[in-house]
Amino acid sequence: MQFQRSASRGTFRSALCAVAASTALLFAGGEVHAQETFKIGIVAFLSGQAAESFGIPAVNGAKVLVDAFNRSAAPAPYGQKGFGGLKIEAVYVDEAGGATKQVQELRALYDREKVDAVVGYIGSGDCLAVAPVAEELKRFLILHDCGTPRIFEDGKFSYVFRTASHATMDNVALARYLKAHNAKARSINLINQDYAWGHDAKADFAAAMGQFYPDATVGQDLLPKFGAGQYGTEISVLLSKPADVTHTSLWGGDLQALMLQAGPRGLFKRTQLVISAGDHVLPVLGQRMPDGVILGARGAYGQMAPKSALNDWWNDIYAKAYNGQQPLHSPYRMAQALLGLKLAVEKAMVANGGKKPTPEQLAAALRGSEWDSPGGRIRMALADGHQAIQDTAIARTRYDAAAKKVVLEDIMRFPAECVNPPAGTTAEAWIKAGFPGAKNCP
Amino acid sequence: MDGLLTLLIDGLNYASWLFIVSLGLTLVFGVLKILNIAHGSFYALGAYAAASFVGWAAGMQWSPWMSLAAMLLAAVAVAAVVAPITERGLLRFFYGRDEVLLVLVTYALFLVMEDVTKLIWGANPYFVTEPYGLFGNVDFGVLSYVGYDFALWGLAVAAGLAAWWALNRTRQGKIVLAVIHSPEVASSMGVRVSRVYTIAFGAGVFLAALAGAFTAPMISVQPGLSVSVVVLSFAVVIIGGLGSIEGAAIGALLVGLARSAAVHLAPAAELFVIYAVMAGVLVFRPEGLFQRIQARKI
Amino acid sequence: MNTIIHSTALARGLQGSSRPLRTLAAAAATFTVLAVAGLCVPAWLTYLVTIAAGNALVSLGIVALMRGGVVSFGQGMFFAAGGYGAALLFNQAGWTDALALAAAGGVLAVALALPFAPLLARYRGIFFATLTLALSMVAYGVLMKWPELGGSDGFTVGRPTLLGQRLDGPEGAYRLFLLTVALAAAIGFLARIYFASSTGLVTLAARDNELRVEYLGASVRRLIGANFLIAAFFGGVGGALVVLSLGHVEPAFSYWTVSGEFVFIAVLAGYRSVPAVFIASFLLEIVRSFSSAYFPNTWQLALGLFLLLVIRFLPQGIGSLWTREAR
Repeated sequence: MQFQRSASRGTFRSALCAVAASTALLFAGGEVHAQETFKIGIVAFLSGQAAESFGIPAVNGAKVLVDAFNRSAAPAPYGQKGFGGLKIEAVYVDEAGGATKQVQELRALYDREKVDAVVGYIGSGDCLAVAPVAEELKRFLILHDCGTPRIFEDGKFSYVFRTASHATMDNVALARYLKAHNAKARSINLINQDYAWGHDAKADFAAAMGQFYPDATVGQDLLPKFGAGQYGTEISVLLSKPADVTHTSLWGGDLQALMLQAGPRGLFKRTQLVISAGDHVLPVLGQRMPDGVILGARGAYGQMAPKSALNDWWNDIYAKAYNGQQPLHSPYRMAQALLGLKLAVEKAMVANGGKKPTPEQLAAALRGSEWDSPGGRIRMALADGHQAIQDTAIARTRYDAAAKKVVLEDIMRFPAECVNPPAGTTAEAWIKAGFPGAKNCP
Repeated sequence: MDGLLTLLIDGLNYASWLFIVSLGLTLVFGVLKILNIAHGSFYALGAYAAASFVGWAAGMQWSPWMSLAAMLLAAVAVAAVVAPITERGLLRFFYGRDEVLLVLVTYALFLVMEDVTKLIWGANPYFVTEPYGLFGNVDFGVLSYVGYDFALWGLAVAAGLAAWWALNRTRQGKIVLAVIHSPEVASSMGVRVSRVYTIAFGAGVFLAALAGAFTAPMISVQPGLSVSVVVLSFAVVIIGGLGSIEGAAIGALLVGLARSAAVHLAPAAELFVIYAVMAGVLVFRPEGLFQRIQARKI
Repeated sequence: MNTIIHSTALARGLQGSSRPLRTLAAAAATFTVLAVAGLCVPAWLTYLVTIAAGNALVSLGIVALMRGGVVSFGQGMFFAAGGYGAALLFNQAGWTDALALAAAGGVLAVALALPFAPLLARYRGIFFATLTLALSMVAYGVLMKWPELGGSDGFTVGRPTLLGQRLDGPEGAYRLFLLTVALAAAIGFLARIYFASSTGLVTLAARDNELRVEYLGASVRRLIGANFLIAAFFGGVGGALVVLSLGHVEPAFSYWTVSGEFVFIAVLAGYRSVPAVFIASFLLEIVRSFSSAYFPNTWQLALGLFLLLVIRFLPQGIGSLWTREAR
């Protein structure tokens, strides 16, 4: 019965379509993609506050890496041309404009631009909105940067992957660093942006510190508006009620403004500042960055990256393309996503006899895989092989007047299992339970 | 140091900044009846221009105090270049139309200027920090304030007084007041209304750029500056009454003190406070605290 | 006095006594054309039309208010109310029927609007706009601070059902498109009937000169209040439909820039023609989508220029291209 119905519906439909098509004006359905290219859509913030800090560096990283791949210029095991011999074609989309727009853009990427995979998304809200859409369309999606643990805690996906750790790692590592250095932390002040990223960061940090410093108390819990830029009042509060440790997950222009306004007022002499994701402000702030700030880069990136030929090569091509700049966390994360994608495509092509892989084949190849990236080894270990874990590092800042840049010293590395929750538990529960299953902690 | 005093000082710091930021917006509405969303863009332009001008001044090895003059010049330059183009080249085609339509025009202008600014200055951040240290620090025990913040009080008072004096005590100002009350009657009395509009708009752009220029030393000048300023300045101006300088001052004080109180006493409420104050004032006085007296036309 | 208004309205109505039938035919025809087109054009386009239709409903609410001379800058609040209402009913109360959810969204938005309608009805011009803007920003603040509702990230909604069948996959997307377009056509038809009714015509008169309408015996405040509730209903239904297609709801729906876009669609369409609202909404989505694709770094510039050109050269909106000023 089913068979007949769908058959007749099919013919009815094609008849209708023929009539409509001969009279209506149809949009071009996008370019016919050749079998010789692998088209990817890269989505990151190209406007707004996150552009300068994360979006544009990520796109820059993508551009230079795609170019290197297409010239077979990458070191082994990434030496094949493009993805498995297929030339890579990249389309760039701005992530700004809200979740509704992003869902439309994603659909346009898959249906109109006919991309074979989408890599991107920095904003957690955008990630949460687009993941179910890719899943429903049965198309391949890699989330390369967003921080919320909710993606794979709240949902199960077959076609969606995140090739980087989520933000819990950043704050747990910060707490462990303080503990390992026996830092004084009887009191803690928190200043975070008033949105999900800030709330999650402060909750994770406070809970982690509660495990290591059971007697510590949280003093001020400040939540300035995202994009506020004016922190005079907050700084007064932090100065008049100082704590041993002040934690912030502020980023971008807001973090820079906080440093510029708090520095002259001497805040950092009265408290130990810890920043969960701060490496991207170091090159721009330069000597305005105070010494002795403990910060993370959301991974072992930049100056904290483990020494390897791959890392050296990556820094080299990025610096050559972008005026000697060193890549920071955002391009590193884009790089590890693209490297993982490359290996997955090539593995799938070996399995299917050299054809461009379908989304299902790609998903099967990427699930549970591991690969080397400039920031260390990436392992798709959580959420049934869809969520990556990676090592991270925390360090302390110092301005080197001779080199005219901020150097990171006292680097401490944290293996992945130490600071990422194991499979089968949520991040929040894992911290509250005292990190059961954490291994190899320094 | 006494908590209440800290709260007050912080509130006044924030209020003086808010007042400088909002003054241009309320003036432009008062004269041209345009609620200018692009006000935030002019603010951002002022900040970028200040970054460039101060950079040149530093390059020329002038004294650091010249950087203040450079910032002032930057604001003047922005007003001189942008205001005539915007007002003569765009806004004047929409005069006499619905007020809300003009809001949409300025919103479109805001979008355009976001990208134009990004095209000219790029996405990288600029820093103008030399002026920030000019006034040293003011210490109250352990609590240290940057002297620059208190200098902004002076700027706010000066700008407010200058605007008030120019409007109420000069001949030109009284002509502008006449145009505010009734453009048709003023025009029939021989006033060149279009010239008044151009000058008033120029003053509004200058004040917005001035706010941006003098804020630049404490922030990182990068894309995204304009958005937060739009909401804030709107709130202040709506609370105080559109078109009223005293209203902008009172509105700024209200919002500044309310926000300071929230951060000191109940930080979780900070996001809310400004919208709550705005809605609260509007429910009782929808035209703001200082209403413009308008004769009803039949 | 009332009788004068009623008899003029009746007379005008009688002139086009076949009007309702013609409108019904037009609505049905549009729906059929779109339904057929939806089978043939690529999926991204039907999705875009779905979202455009939902947004158009919200803007139709603004048009209802614009006909009375006031513009609401807070439709985002009702858009969010409808969206969150539908999403919460789906997730917490287990309601899955798309039609029921859309209706519930509308009803919830009206419930939210009820306490504010008498207050808002007293104000006009820029003050009406700023008060609605303030209210929608308060709603935004509330939603951002509500962790159970996902805070700033919002939360996701699963696929709804229609007449028992689950609407997922490409078939489901097409059916959701059909549902949205059908509801939009139905509400558009009802709106046209309302606009041509005596209340609707008196609203137009109030736009021209409130004082005279008051002297003729109608209560302009009641009119604006009623139109505000209607706008809320349209906004809520539109919000519910968009959220069902989108699968995600977030506080940003209540932000002033979203409300501004709805106002833009209404201005682009003009207040005279109902189909113009849907065309305008579709145009904006298309322009936005293609600016993003071709100008990833300067799409705001492209969009802003488009807005300026439209406002400059189509002062009465698209609708003025085929309707004439009633005399």
